[in-house]
Amino acid sequence: MSTADGRTAPALALEDLRVTFPSAQGPVSAVDGVSLELRPGEILGLVGESGCGKSTLANAAMGLLPDTAEVSGAVRLGEQELTALDEKALRRVRGDEVAMVFQDPSTSLDPVWTVGDQVAETIRAHRDVSRREAKERAVQLMKEVGIPSAEQRYADPPHRLSGGMRQRIVIAAALANDPAVLIADEPTTALDVTIQAQILRLLDGLRERRGTAVLLITHDLGVVAQVCDRVAVMYAGQLVEVATTEQVFAQPAHPYTEALLRAVPGTGEPGSELAVIPGQVPDLSSPPAGCRFAPRCPFGTDACATRPALLGNESGDDATGAVACWHPRTPRARRQEVTAS
Amino acid sequence: MNALLEVKGLVKRFPAGGPVWRRRHVHAVSGVDLAIARGQTLGLVGESGSGKTTVGRCILGLHRPDEGEVLFDGRDVAALRGSALAEFRRRVQPVFQDPYGSLDPRWTVGRSVQESLESHRIGSVQDRRERVAELFSIVGLDPALADRHPRNLSGGQRQRVGIAAALASEPELLVADEPVSALDVSVQAQIINLLQRLERELGLAVLFISHDLGVVEHISSDVAVMYLGRVVETGPTATILRSPQHPYTRALVDAIPLPDPARRLRHVPLAGEIPSPVDPPSGCAFHPRCPLAEAGCRIDVPELGPVGDEHLVACPVVARGTPSATAPNTAAPNTTAPSTTAPTTAAPNTTAPSPSHREH
Repeated sequence: MSTADGRTAPALALEDLRVTFPSAQGPVSAVDGVSLELRPGEILGLVGESGCGKSTLANAAMGLLPDTAEVSGAVRLGEQELTALDEKALRRVRGDEVAMVFQDPSTSLDPVWTVGDQVAETIRAHRDVSRREAKERAVQLMKEVGIPSAEQRYADPPHRLSGGMRQRIVIAAALANDPAVLIADEPTTALDVTIQAQILRLLDGLRERRGTAVLLITHDLGVVAQVCDRVAVMYAGQLVEVATTEQVFAQPAHPYTEALLRAVPGTGEPGSELAVIPGQVPDLSSPPAGCRFAPRCPFGTDACATRPALLGNESGDDATGAVACWHPRTPRARRQEVTAS
Repeated sequence: MNALLEVKGLVKRFPAGGPVWRRRHVHAVSGVDLAIARGQTLGLVGESGSGKTTVGRCILGLHRPDEGEVLFDGRDVAALRGSALAEFRRRVQPVFQDPYGSLDPRWTVGRSVQESLESHRIGSVQDRRERVAELFSIVGLDPALADRHPRNLSGGQRQRVGIAAALASEPELLVADEPVSALDVSVQAQIINLLQRLERELGLAVLFISHDLGVVEHISSDVAVMYLGRVVETGPTATILRSPQHPYTRALVDAIPLPDPARRLRHVPLAGEIPSPVDPPSGCAFHPRCPLAEAGCRIDVPELGPVGDEHLVACPVVARGTPSATAPNTAAPNTTAPSTTAPTTAAPNTTAPSPSHREH
């Protein structure tokens, strides 16, 4: 469901977002100048390995980082500039216009409240409705996310439900106020594969029915291929590639994306040697200047000491992917190289 | 039959509360048969609660089976004592998901590996030092890292140390429980390559326990699929992934999120959830979720029966041929003598449904 014109106002826009944490080794540059647009009604996958900054990026956008973190850049939710809001105003936005779903549903739910009340509470925190109305809506939401006999389950504490059902409750609470944007951080990572398939279906259906824009943060390229319209790939705090899912899988433009895809087992000949990426993720308290993947990149040259801009689809044209690389692997992005500064 | 490891009719229950006269049990493993030949890698797959980890722990001698036996090189593991037990522990080694838990945080990783040599009384003090360096090179670690503490290593490096410690006693069988699940995909690839190389070069047999069929497909020639304490299907990995026969295996294979956008959300996911192993469904434990279920499935526990070359399935509906066939509901086909190379032998004595199912 990728938008053809691509010029519709983004549901969520990040501009040159930077996050730095203090550490004994000096400041750690966890997110380094990321610009990204989430369009209405799309599922955008944000992928990368541990420590690449994908969760930090989402938390920074929602103002959920500890005070020690230094955040700069702009975060626009529709017309609103979130970085300008104070904590009180942010709290009104979170759970209302934008909602988050995390990996482990048991930490998102209060163990001593009934699951239904937690969904109803989310509604009452943002809307002036009676308890009865909130309860009715909550039951309706629980039905929508596929909880069987929702009326009976309403009064259950979280521990009575399975992990998959708990995650459905968290999603129901997230949807309570019909947010324009849903940020889901590894929502299926803790679930079994058959339950994961159910939750992915659910997210896909919600997007279709409600037009919710979903930012799906995951390390699993299989999950990305299954539900995402577009993919943004992060490495060591930088965005290295953004393109449609089809393009990323058929013709990855960044050497890191390509290497990552080749390392997935089950795609090549069974028993064959899997492709590995030599070296290790750089220490982000002293990252390499320029392209942070360069030290591990088989195509690296002297040019890589200068950071390549993310170029390609700034016009919003889906026919080209955007890639931050001096030596992209596909010709579609290469033509932009001359204009990079 | 020249199996290095044979598991026969393994049953393991854990108490799960309730008064003594009506004690409830988690039926973790309810009659499992497996066999691993020397140098063979068998994948054991299943979702949470399938009992795959319990099978692994019974094999390692960490749990005592309630029924059935684990035979290593022809000898019952539960009956081993003294030097025979020490010998068994030398020849069978575990690899866990995150060796962070099994490495002492106060020790250098080199000392941890050396400890493994000492506990098995291998070599002199001087030999051991050299052997540690050698083990580090075997698993692709710079021997200089031996002086580091676990916290100063990456997850992939720690897993290599865990494997080095397991290899210290020159085992013949590794029981690897989700050894790559905690790792990022690029690091996971390195560890998978390492395990494959070890299997090839050292002739190691590996029981590879995993929830990830993609990884299992890559690493193991044979696979056994577990559901709620029983093996429902087993055979060559390629056959099972290409044409899964048991309805559960089919759903599991369909649910793998393939890294291929051309095949997105192409299957209706299996409805429902894995029932509680405290109170498993009667008959075939999968029947409440099964699209092929018929009346008999609630009553009879299906036995593994052959449906192809070395390919066994525990489903009478599948075994009869087409699901629409209207033959009377017979018991599972005769469990014929299993072919010698089959990774799993048909169960001659798994007929008792939930042997200690006391409540109700």
